[in-house]
Amino acid sequence: MEHFIALVTKPDNVPIVAILFLIPYFLWLSYRQARQTDLAGVPSDAALNDKVYVWPYLCRNEFICAIIVMLVLGIWSITIDAPLEEPSDPTKTPNPSKAPWYFLALQEMLVYFDPWVAGVVLPGLIIAGLIAIPYVDINPKGKGYYTIKERPFALAVFCFGFIILWIVLMVVGTFLRGPGWNFFAPWQKWDPHLVVPLTNVNLSYLFGIRDEPTANFFGFVVVAGYYALGPIFYVWKQKSSRFLQELGLVRYILVSFLFLTMLALPIKMVLRLGLNIKYVWVSPWFNI
Amino acid sequence: MNEERKGLKEKITNSDIWRSIFRHGYENTGRRYTLQVLQNVWLHLHPPRVSRHALNFRFTWCMGGITFLMFLVTAVTGVLLMFYYRPTAEYAFSDVQYLEFDIPFGMLLRNMHRWAAHGMVISVMLHMFRVFLTGSYKKPREFNWGVGVILLLVTFFLSFTGYLLPWDQLAFWAVTVGTNMARATPVLGHEGPFAPEPITQANDVRFALLAGTIVGPSTLLRFYILHCVAVPLLASVLMALHFWRVRKDGGISGPL
Repeated sequence: MEHFIALVTKPDNVPIVAILFLIPYFLWLSYRQARQTDLAGVPSDAALNDKVYVWPYLCRNEFICAIIVMLVLGIWSITIDAPLEEPSDPTKTPNPSKAPWYFLALQEMLVYFDPWVAGVVLPGLIIAGLIAIPYVDINPKGKGYYTIKERPFALAVFCFGFIILWIVLMVVGTFLRGPGWNFFAPWQKWDPHLVVPLTNVNLSYLFGIRDEPTANFFGFVVVAGYYALGPIFYVWKQKSSRFLQELGLVRYILVSFLFLTMLALPIKMVLRLGLNIKYVWVSPWFNI
Repeated sequence: MNEERKGLKEKITNSDIWRSIFRHGYENTGRRYTLQVLQNVWLHLHPPRVSRHALNFRFTWCMGGITFLMFLVTAVTGVLLMFYYRPTAEYAFSDVQYLEFDIPFGMLLRNMHRWAAHGMVISVMLHMFRVFLTGSYKKPREFNWGVGVILLLVTFFLSFTGYLLPWDQLAFWAVTVGTNMARATPVLGHEGPFAPEPITQANDVRFALLAGTIVGPSTLLRFYILHCVAVPLLASVLMALHFWRVRKDGGISGPL
């Protein structure tokens, strides 16, 4: 436990501790405003045309905000020193070796996926997906005010991605991953000699498939079947759902692909942690 | 009493010395408020007037402005740090030590730079979160949201390139781990799937980033130049575009 406290109070981990308080605070702040809008309705036009002069009203706010932030930064800089360890030595690898804290969600994904997926393809898709958001979200409501009722799906997806898959994984990677990137609870001592039995098997093995070509084909079917869920749902619902008709096929394919890829991470986590599955699809060229 | 004070004030403001410094008075009129913004080089990115809810902290969280403030702090402290730092493997670490122990306020300077950088990463993430929660990326702000996503990446990259510069164990191994994944880039990384024959560890995408097969002296120089010149320039250009588009897309978002 002492060593966990030392870890949490490490100078470079201050931002993560700050995030642990900031995210719940801002969630609460936005939730309160969203509930107010959902109960009382969207603010009327009259309230919006109420304009104020930038000078002095906005400039004053900016000035006060800047002073408060500089004060916090000043106190932070006076009381906590930036870390400086021993000189770099390529022959002395620390265990664990960690990336900077804001990349630890990506490093955490390396547990569940190979580097080419966790380190390259998924980050690329996160960026592409973020940029695509305004072009695939055709819901005109909920623009410029907090609401839950008017866009529950968009909010749920984004909050799940940002809070669970980015912030929580970052916190786990920083505080709960020790030597060998093994999981250590706060009260456990970091043991560099911890022996972890490698009992993971591939999904095909679990289904009794032993030869490689069949396993390869099986993995392909599983992954292709997973991504086919999107088009299947479209064909099934397209006639009855006005939303899907408005969305259109191209946007739908993009959304379902990105959405299923995002869900693949928690699914793989459950498979790994619950069933000791190493890979879903093993092929001669890559493993997923 | 009040009359007396008024008389004294007029006496001072009508004096020759006062009038030589301040060319005209400050009237409390809307025209004056508008000119104050329009005629000021630092303020003219602002419109003369904004809707009242744009002043509301509960709505904006101030996070975009804080991100920009943090960028300015890192720029100023960064320039000062550059006076004491040489980006070579021989000197980098001892220069940081010298800065910490011998330069007056050197430690404070380094602390401010590092914590402002961390603060910028936090505030830029919260800014994105707020913009999403209020649906502010919707028409006509789609493009500016995209610019913002790129700026988020630029912020990460600025922080990451700066992470290497102290040249200590923390810096060296964090960057080693962070760049190791580039080996596995499909096609372009030598350990990635579908890498063609000519791609080796001496010419793949990781080599381009590190200027070597491991993190070494040439990586330090490369990250230094990226950190101090190339990426800040890119960030400045994108920020100018981002702020300009906020204004052109109708100012801060609100229900229409």
